[in-house]
Amino acid sequence: MHYQAKFKGRLLPYVLLAPTLVILVVFLYYPIIQTFRLSLYRVAFLGLRKRFVGLENFVSLMHSPDYWHTVKVTLVITFIVVIGGLAISLAIALLANQPIRGGAIYRILLIWPYALSPAVAGVIFLFLFSPGFGAINYLISKVIGRELNWLGDPKLAVLLIILTSIWKNLGYNIVFYLAGLQNLNTEVLEAAEIDGAGPWRRFWSVTFALLSPITFFLLITNITYSFFDIFGMIDIVTKGGPMDATNVMIYNLYRDAFEYYKSGLAAAQSVILFALVVVLTVIQFRTSGRYVHYGG
Amino acid sequence: MLRFLMSRKVRREILTHIGLIMVSFLVLTPVLFALAKSTQTRAQVFHYPPIFGPGTAIKDNYYTAWHAFNLGMYMKNSFIVAVAVTIGKTILSLLAGLALVYFEFPLQEAVFYFILFTLMMPTEILIVALFNLVSDLGWSNSYLALIVPFMASATGVFLFRQHFASIPSDLADAARVDGAGPLRFLWSILIPISWNAIGALALIQFIYVWNQYLWPLVIIRENAKQVVQVGLRGMTAVQDVTNWGVVMAGAILAMLPPLIVFILLHQQFMRGFALGQEK
Repeated sequence: MHYQAKFKGRLLPYVLLAPTLVILVVFLYYPIIQTFRLSLYRVAFLGLRKRFVGLENFVSLMHSPDYWHTVKVTLVITFIVVIGGLAISLAIALLANQPIRGGAIYRILLIWPYALSPAVAGVIFLFLFSPGFGAINYLISKVIGRELNWLGDPKLAVLLIILTSIWKNLGYNIVFYLAGLQNLNTEVLEAAEIDGAGPWRRFWSVTFALLSPITFFLLITNITYSFFDIFGMIDIVTKGGPMDATNVMIYNLYRDAFEYYKSGLAAAQSVILFALVVVLTVIQFRTSGRYVHYGG
Repeated sequence: MLRFLMSRKVRREILTHIGLIMVSFLVLTPVLFALAKSTQTRAQVFHYPPIFGPGTAIKDNYYTAWHAFNLGMYMKNSFIVAVAVTIGKTILSLLAGLALVYFEFPLQEAVFYFILFTLMMPTEILIVALFNLVSDLGWSNSYLALIVPFMASATGVFLFRQHFASIPSDLADAARVDGAGPLRFLWSILIPISWNAIGALALIQFIYVWNQYLWPLVIIRENAKQVVQVGLRGMTAVQDVTNWGVVMAGAILAMLPPLIVFILLHQQFMRGFALGQEK
C-alpha cells in the first residue's frame, strides 16, 4: 500500500463517514443488540406481552431434537454445496482458462449464472424436476424405468436443493476462480514444469496452492449462501418439507418469528447463527492477511 | 517430430473446445428449457414426452405474467429499489473511502474495523429485530424499508479503500498544490480513474438487491410495493392450477435485468476485483 498524501481537515473526514456510520449503527449494530436482548425474553402473540426468561430460549433449543435436526440439515447441505460446488467450479474455470480461440465467449457462457437469484433458480428447477411433465424426470424414467418423487422423498428433496444451489452458485464461483487464474504467476508454473513436475503434481502444489486465498474467500461466501440466501429457494421449492427434511436453520427461524410469532425464540436462533458468523468472520480476516500479502 | 507436436496441440485444443461446449450447454440447459416452456400453451407444457422446442403461446404467457400476475409492477418496484440502493451505496462508499485513505484523524483504524466487521453480517440474521425497528419507524410497506437500511456497504468501503490506496500518491499531491479540495479531487480525479471499481461495486449491489427475498417478504405486506422475487412466489403458490408456461415466462423476465447488468459490467467487475485483490 502506498503512502497517500493527506488533506487537512479535522471535521471533514467525520462528515464524509457520517452517513455510512449512522446507517450501520441504526440498521446493523442496534438490531444486533436488540436481537441479543430479545433472545432473553418470551414474547406473547404479536409482541403485546414480553417476559424476561433469561437463557430459557437457548435451553429449550438445545433440548429440542427438532432444532438439532435443522442444524444437521443445514450442515449437510452446506458441506455438499460448498465442497461439491467449489470442486466443479474450479474444474470448469481451469478448462475455461485454456488459451483457445473464442475463450471470451465460453467464459461469458459459463459465468452468467451469477445473475440468478435463489428464487429464480428454485422456480426453474422445481419445474424441471416435477413428476409428470418435468424434463429431468422424463429422462430419469427413460433410464431407470420410473419417475422419482423429488418433493415427496426427504433424501431426494435435499438432493434437489443441493443441485439447484450448486447450479445457482456456478457463475459466482467460476468468475472468482477465473480472476484468480488470470492473475496467477505463470513463472512459478513454468519453473515447476522445467523441474519435471507432472501436470497432476503441478496442479496441486502450484496452481491449487496459489489459488488458496480465492478458495478460502469462496468457502466463506458459499457458506454464507448456504446459511442465509438459500432461504428463497427453500421457500419456493420445498417449504422446508417433506417432513422437515429441508428445514434449514434460517427457514426454521423465519417460521418461528413470522408464522408462530415466537420472537424471543427466533431471536435466540439469530444469536446462534450470529455466533457462527462471527467465528467465520474472524477466520476470514485472519487468512485475508495472507491474501493481501500475495499479490504484493 | 514437429508435426507430431503440432497435431498433439491441435488435438488438445479440439478436446478443450468439445469440453467447453458440453459444459456451457449443460449450464445453460435449465434456462433454455425454461425459455422454451415460456412460449408453450398449457397443453404443450404438459405434453408427454416433453416438447423441447418453442410453442405458440409466447405472447399470451408473457402478457399474462406481466399483467395478470403483476410482474410488471413488481419489476418496477425492484428496479426503483435496486437503482436507489446501488447509487446510494456507491456514493456513501466513495465518501467513506476518501475519508479513510486521504485523511488522518483520531480513531481511524477503529472506524475502519467498525465498518469492516459488518462485512459478513447478513440482514437475515437480524431479521426479527430489524423488522421491529423498521415497523416502529412506520416504514413497512414503503420503499424506505427496502432502501435505507442497505445504503451503507462494508464491501464498498473496503473495495474503494483498497483501490484508492493503490493509486500513485503524486495525484493527491498535485491536486493539493493546485488548491483543489478533497471533494473536488474525488469528483474530477478519483472517480474518472475508478470506473472499474465503481462498475464492480454496481454489479455486485444491483444483483444483490434485485435478488433479495426474505426481507421484502416479511416487511412488505402490500402487493403494490412488493418486489419481483416475492412476486414469483405468488405465481407458484397455486400448485394444482399452476400454468407453468406463464411461471417460466415470469422467471425469464425476473432474471433479465440482473443478467443485462452482469453482461454489461462483467469485464469491469473482473478488472475491478482483480485490482482490489492485488494491491
